[in-house]
Amino acid sequence: MARHTQPVKTSTIAGPVAAGTVFCLILAALAAVASKAQWPVTFGIADWAVLRFTVWQSFLSALVSVMVAVPVARALARRRFVGRGLLVTLLGAPFILPVIVAVMGLLVVFGRSGWVSQGLGLFGLPPLSIYGLNGVVLAHVFFNLPLATRLILQGWQAIPAEQFRLTGQLGLPPSVVFRTLEWPVLRQVVPGAFALIFVICLTSFAVALTLGGGPRATTIELAIYQAFRFEFDLGRAAMLSLLQLVVAGSAAVAALWILPPIAVQMGRDRPVQRWDANGTGLKALDTLWIFLAATFLLVPLGAIAISGLAGLGQMPALVWSAAWTSAWVAALSTVVLVALALPISMWLAQARWGGAEALTLVGLAASPLMIGTGWFILINPFAAPTQFALIVTALVNAMMSLPFAVRILMPAMRKVIAEYGSLSVSLGLSGLSFWRIVVLPRVRAPLGFAAGLAAALSVGDLGVVALFADGDRATLPLQMYRLMGSYRTDAAAGAALLLLALALGMFWACDAWGRRHAES
Amino acid sequence: MKYLMTTAAVLAASAAWAETPVLTVYAGDYFTSEWGPGPKIEEGFEEICECDLEFSTGDLMPRLLLEGSRTKADVVIGLTTDVTAKARATELFAPHGQDNGALTLPIEWDDEVFLPFNYGHTAFIYDETRIDTPPASFEDLLGMDDDIKIVIQDPRTSISGLALVLWVQAVYGDGAADAWAKLSPKILTVTKDWSASYGLFTDGEADMVLSYTTSPAYHMFAEEDFTKKAAIFPEGHYFMAETVGKVAATDQPELADAFMAYVMSTDFQTLIPTANWSLPSALPEDQWPDGWAELPLPEKVLFYSETEAADVQAEAIETWRATLSQ
Repeated sequence: MARHTQPVKTSTIAGPVAAGTVFCLILAALAAVASKAQWPVTFGIADWAVLRFTVWQSFLSALVSVMVAVPVARALARRRFVGRGLLVTLLGAPFILPVIVAVMGLLVVFGRSGWVSQGLGLFGLPPLSIYGLNGVVLAHVFFNLPLATRLILQGWQAIPAEQFRLTGQLGLPPSVVFRTLEWPVLRQVVPGAFALIFVICLTSFAVALTLGGGPRATTIELAIYQAFRFEFDLGRAAMLSLLQLVVAGSAAVAALWILPPIAVQMGRDRPVQRWDANGTGLKALDTLWIFLAATFLLVPLGAIAISGLAGLGQMPALVWSAAWTSAWVAALSTVVLVALALPISMWLAQARWGGAEALTLVGLAASPLMIGTGWFILINPFAAPTQFALIVTALVNAMMSLPFAVRILMPAMRKVIAEYGSLSVSLGLSGLSFWRIVVLPRVRAPLGFAAGLAAALSVGDLGVVALFADGDRATLPLQMYRLMGSYRTDAAAGAALLLLALALGMFWACDAWGRRHAES
Repeated sequence: MKYLMTTAAVLAASAAWAETPVLTVYAGDYFTSEWGPGPKIEEGFEEICECDLEFSTGDLMPRLLLEGSRTKADVVIGLTTDVTAKARATELFAPHGQDNGALTLPIEWDDEVFLPFNYGHTAFIYDETRIDTPPASFEDLLGMDDDIKIVIQDPRTSISGLALVLWVQAVYGDGAADAWAKLSPKILTVTKDWSASYGLFTDGEADMVLSYTTSPAYHMFAEEDFTKKAAIFPEGHYFMAETVGKVAATDQPELADAFMAYVMSTDFQTLIPTANWSLPSALPEDQWPDGWAELPLPEKVLFYSETEAADVQAEAIETWRATLSQ
């Protein structure tokens, strides 16, 4: 039933070329920054503390996100209910929110004067204190639980229905089903999800500082920001950017090293029915997990929506044109993403070593400020960098989404190669016709999900555009920050709601396209 | 026929446009949004200059440093007092050519290169419906109950945060670490920038916020909300200004000079308060817009010149970081 992947003679060039392009884009930026630096650069005691905190909070955040995601994904995999599709889409929303909006939403619920604290006050209890490491982890779990859940859910759903039917016929109890069917899948999916979230949290900065309660919660990314924008010390900025790349790279390699040899299980794509999970206790447990996760993720979103509704009417017209700019930047960055992710994931899917995937994570750990500044330096001798602001933004956003996309696409790619690889070779299908006839129809669902994620992330990301955007080239997040920066908090809340709607809308459109013929 | 006329009009307009000289003004990011001061300044200057003023916004200092002598800017507006030293070191700027004696700042200004066009002071803002007895001095603030929660900005990432550590340094000198130690339990959190802090304050998460003496003006004049107040301390408040500079290599030197003169004009100065929510740099108080003169402002003003700031800044930030990290 399980079989090692078969190498197929397709796209041996495209994958490495696409991956190489990403690497060159990052390295060129880093080299450009370093070339303008004043050497030598020092690394002090305070910097060690920053490194320690950065790694520790990322580790905890990834650990908690994954630990909570496992039961939630399990519950979602075992249950079918009305609105499940909508819930799965909405659960993804925190992941694509601009950080400051999400922080405000979280504080409405968990803050010192938030709903939870007010509830505690009714019983004479002191308000909740979330400022500190616990707040940082809470926020990072809020952001990343949806992603972890979705990735693990995807793994779960890769178990063929036939296997559950077999365990059902044998009357195996849930514990045995877990050990024989589910545990092997978790071992394949969880390390990758953990590494991905670890790297995302590594580059966190405004969230960590605000909810961390002060300078104790300084991350490397904050130091990079300080070096670039405040001290303009490019040598230090380059050194810190490199440090961040190395930490992310080694963490990713370590996590993915322990991945077991990849096995692909084949079935006939029947709908899954779970004979093992019909017990009342299990049903109640699953319901509880779904309810808790939905409450934790959706209530702060509701708070954002409520405060945004009042501000919608106060939004200046510029916000609408910025929404339009953001939408097309997102579309462009999604196209770039698909063009990169398809060949790279096909290439990596044929690699026997799971750690190869770690390569893409490095792109995520590259500071957008570093890439933006680097390309500013590279473009400046030839043209006005402002004219390239949106193109660079779209490229950077695509690169940021690449690790997610590859992680999402690879299982489906492996399956295609295992099931149809030899057949395609014997039929002489190769090149574009192999992609069109064999691959694309079978990776449509994950491709739609990945594209949706990329589009939504691009809409929500402030990214590099802040560094060199002209007034009329502002994106929606930038316009929202401008409103916040000039006391217009109500209008900014309206813009945040618009941003949320736009990001979710683009995500939903891509995801629905992918799911039209499949279930995920 | 109608189509022809339209075409003719468009052609005529573009011909006229082609002859109009363009003044390129680099401005801070917030400047040109329709609620910022940019559009009014553009309109006002174009009425008198027979030119086209084009704003180009972005992150000013990184952009100038990266572009160097290739910069397209004729004039740069919005350089804050904490970056003038760095901007001066680029040697991109020429003397502003205006009379510093016409300025109405609360401090002496003798800089021949950077011309302030607005100013303000750091201050802690509170909501009088939530705080009964606001602190009457900095010493009072340090002695307040630890249940009062304040939100401030990080001096490593925000200019107002930097102004705060310089403020504490100016008031307490060698006692700055002690002052921070007393303030520390009251600090709810530190944010990356001013917007996030102010959002936490208006959302009711924090009782006080580090902001500017002019912040209550926005609430008063734009929202008719009179509950937000700046706590005024006799120890003094830290001065901050935004300046404008003329680029030496400009290809429009006359227009750039005309713009510097426009900055000092009453027209320009009177639109600063409500367009920029800050105080005008060269306008006597009796000419301020209605109500602005009643805004409570400090009598004593503290300010480090850029050379003094360069000496104390790194240590002041380190004192802040070390004390708040404990």
